Amino acid sequence: MLSLKDLTVSFQTRRGSVDAVRGVNLELGRGEILGIVGESGSGKSVTSYALMRILDQGGKITGGAVNYQGVDLHAASENAMRDIRGREISMIFQNPRAALNPIRKVGHQLEDVLRRHAKATRYTAKIEAIRALEAVQIHDAEARYHAYPFELSGGMCQRVVIAIALACDPKLLVADEPTTGLDITTQKAVMDLVSTLIRSRDMSSILITHDLGLAAQYCDRIAVMKDGKIVETGPPDSLFLTPSHPYTRKLVNATPRDGASVRSLLPTDKRTPLAAPKISSKPLLEVRDLTKTFQGKASPVQAVKGIYFKIHEGQCVGLVGESGCGKSTTSSMLVRLADPTSGQILFDGEDLAQTPAQSFARDPRRSDIQMVFQDATDSFNPRHTAKQSIAEPLSRLTSLKKQERAQRVKELADLVGLPHPLLNRFPHQLSGGQKARVGIARAIAVNPKFIVLDEPTAALDVSIQAVVLNLLADLRAKLGITCLFVSHDLHVVRLLCDHVIVMKDGMVVEQGPTKTVMGQPSASYTRQLLSAAPSPPIAANAA
Amino acid sequence: MTDFISSTANPTEPDVLVERTSGGFFDHLIYVLRGNPITLIAFGMFAILVIAAIFGPLLAPYDPAVSNVSIALQAPSWQHWFGTDNLGRDVFSRVLIATRLDLLISVAAVALSFVIGSMLGAIAGYWGGWLDSILNRLFDTIMAFPLFVLAMGIVAALGNTVENIVYATAVINIPFYARLVRAEVNIRRDAGFALAAKLAGNSDIRVLAFHIYPNALPPMMVQVSLNLGWAILNAAGLSFIGLGVRPPTAEWGIMVAEGANFIVSGEWWLAVFPGLALMFAVFTFNLLGDGLRDLVDPRRRT
Repeated sequence: MLSLKDLTVSFQTRRGSVDAVRGVNLELGRGEILGIVGESGSGKSVTSYALMRILDQGGKITGGAVNYQGVDLHAASENAMRDIRGREISMIFQNPRAALNPIRKVGHQLEDVLRRHAKATRYTAKIEAIRALEAVQIHDAEARYHAYPFELSGGMCQRVVIAIALACDPKLLVADEPTTGLDITTQKAVMDLVSTLIRSRDMSSILITHDLGLAAQYCDRIAVMKDGKIVETGPPDSLFLTPSHPYTRKLVNATPRDGASVRSLLPTDKRTPLAAPKISSKPLLEVRDLTKTFQGKASPVQAVKGIYFKIHEGQCVGLVGESGCGKSTTSSMLVRLADPTSGQILFDGEDLAQTPAQSFARDPRRSDIQMVFQDATDSFNPRHTAKQSIAEPLSRLTSLKKQERAQRVKELADLVGLPHPLLNRFPHQLSGGQKARVGIARAIAVNPKFIVLDEPTAALDVSIQAVVLNLLADLRAKLGITCLFVSHDLHVVRLLCDHVIVMKDGMVVEQGPTKTVMGQPSASYTRQLLSAAPSPPIAANAA
Repeated sequence: MTDFISSTANPTEPDVLVERTSGGFFDHLIYVLRGNPITLIAFGMFAILVIAAIFGPLLAPYDPAVSNVSIALQAPSWQHWFGTDNLGRDVFSRVLIATRLDLLISVAAVALSFVIGSMLGAIAGYWGGWLDSILNRLFDTIMAFPLFVLAMGIVAALGNTVENIVYATAVINIPFYARLVRAEVNIRRDAGFALAAKLAGNSDIRVLAFHIYPNALPPMMVQVSLNLGWAILNAAGLSFIGLGVRPPTAEWGIMVAEGANFIVSGEWWLAVFPGLALMFAVFTFNLLGDGLRDLVDPRRRT
């Protein structure tokens, strides 16, 4: 149905042309769902843009052929392409909110597509649009027809985007990271919907994702891409159980999964033994009846509704929940960036909530509590070099002299495995993994007793995530820091934490030792989270 | 590839990566100039202005104040490049000397509004709430006046001096800076790096002054350079209508105003050359904007 032969795409940049896709060969049969898996920069998105001919300025197909049912898409005129896009091949993008026009009703945006491809007339457009919304299982489609994108949740927006993509009954759907940024239960709902629709309409699909587990669950065949080339293609089972290419093996290894330990994510030769952390019976941090109420537009919003938990010295506790469950609010209260509405935060027996967040910067306990932020790009001052960022807490919270500080920064860089020359770089000159290291170095610079890790690996590729998780495990063993690991991903939490707290709607629905919570969850919500997580078909003893 | 190096720290291995130390300001200046020839031209033109302002009195071939009626109203010649005016003064010398005064007025006014506008805008943007509302209404009020008329009113009320031109020009410019800073600070108020700075023990004021505010500088620089040109025009305009700088002081606005009377009788050089100088200065500042922004933006250092 679709075949790519030796597809090469290159981009013109200031430093000459760069090949993003280097000779990709793919075949897609009718009714087949093909997954393209790769890490960022592997050229997987560019491949799909090339076949839709929507490359950015400066991007050009420099070689090869794209054949769709006998039509050469590379040579087709722009006019012909416009008819093909939407009617024959359509696409859904990563950020559904950005893909919708924010100032137009979603119903009207659907009508546009229907009328452009002559699937409806002015008189039938509204009915057709509502029918399309119903097809993607949007409740009360007639009311949603009049909604603006900002009034809908992320998952709902993605459904609308899917409705638009499928409105004209295309034969091929290209989905570029369709669920990245969505909650895990929403992801499952959206992916289930997409795969049912594709199967029922006898369509073909290309699913582009960085998540091997997701691809394995929904695709018939998976192509693994690296540096613009396809390194391996095959059905999910054989790809996972007997990967032939070393890169595939590395990816499969690095994907968090059932029964994996944090070391097993690394290549075999890097698996050094990990010392077991010492957990004392003395609680370092105790939260009692903590609440936080925000003044909403209409009525007060209770983000955290009276939660209790304890963190023992040396323990690593996972705080898991979906967006809006109150986990970020809780962590910002714990690190004293926000004041709780009521309740106690006992740290070493003293109530931190007594000191307002505003004056906590001068509190002697400031250096005991630090944090690693989620978005590595956003959490660094773009005007400061890595060295300055790491030295900042040292200069404010310790009495070290300038030279001692420089020395300490170097020690920290060694500790987190950051090459010294990189210390002089600005954040935008560092890769995601390097930024994660700088963030960790900054947090541990003043020897805190307690750190909050706010999804430190959420934005990283799996192989880098594996390295960073192992770094955290090493640091924990070496320094004995107590930590709270905030995450939406139960599989990641399992690797690092001894104890898990599951939050939903501002309340703790379940907490206990990781094994118990993950093995025999008592709350139905935990079970729901666990079952929604895509799990790749991996034998427990996979190499 | 550094990420794939073993997670346990191993500092010896990566030393093979030779990293050019991020250069000083001067290196970056050269890099910016090389990347953008227009910026190079703008900096060249700016250099001419600065040289004229500093060394004007030394370079001027004649004394700009000495009149000699015997050579009044001579057309441009090799002796008097820009001709002479109705009192026999050398127009070229006067245009050259006026550079200092005009630049001084505009730089002082822009500096004043930059500082005051930055402070007010940063406060409004960071703390928000009622303070923000009050300051915003204040800026709205100032901007509701026709700005040139407001400046006229201020100079007329305070008195006809150079300082008052500076104050008037500063006042009408403050809202533009304040609004820009307010917006830039506001979007970064809850940015991760601001929170990180608080965790590092910085008080609110330090976070604002040393972490958030500097990030507003790149767009501010564009505003500053456009504003410098605009301030020169404003000062010249005030002089033109007889406010502020008074004759016989050499100033482009007055020279254009005085020269305008002679255009009808054919002595065009009296008004045209100071006018061209004015245009040159404003054009320079307008071109300078992008270059200045690139200079203060570390993200351009790739």
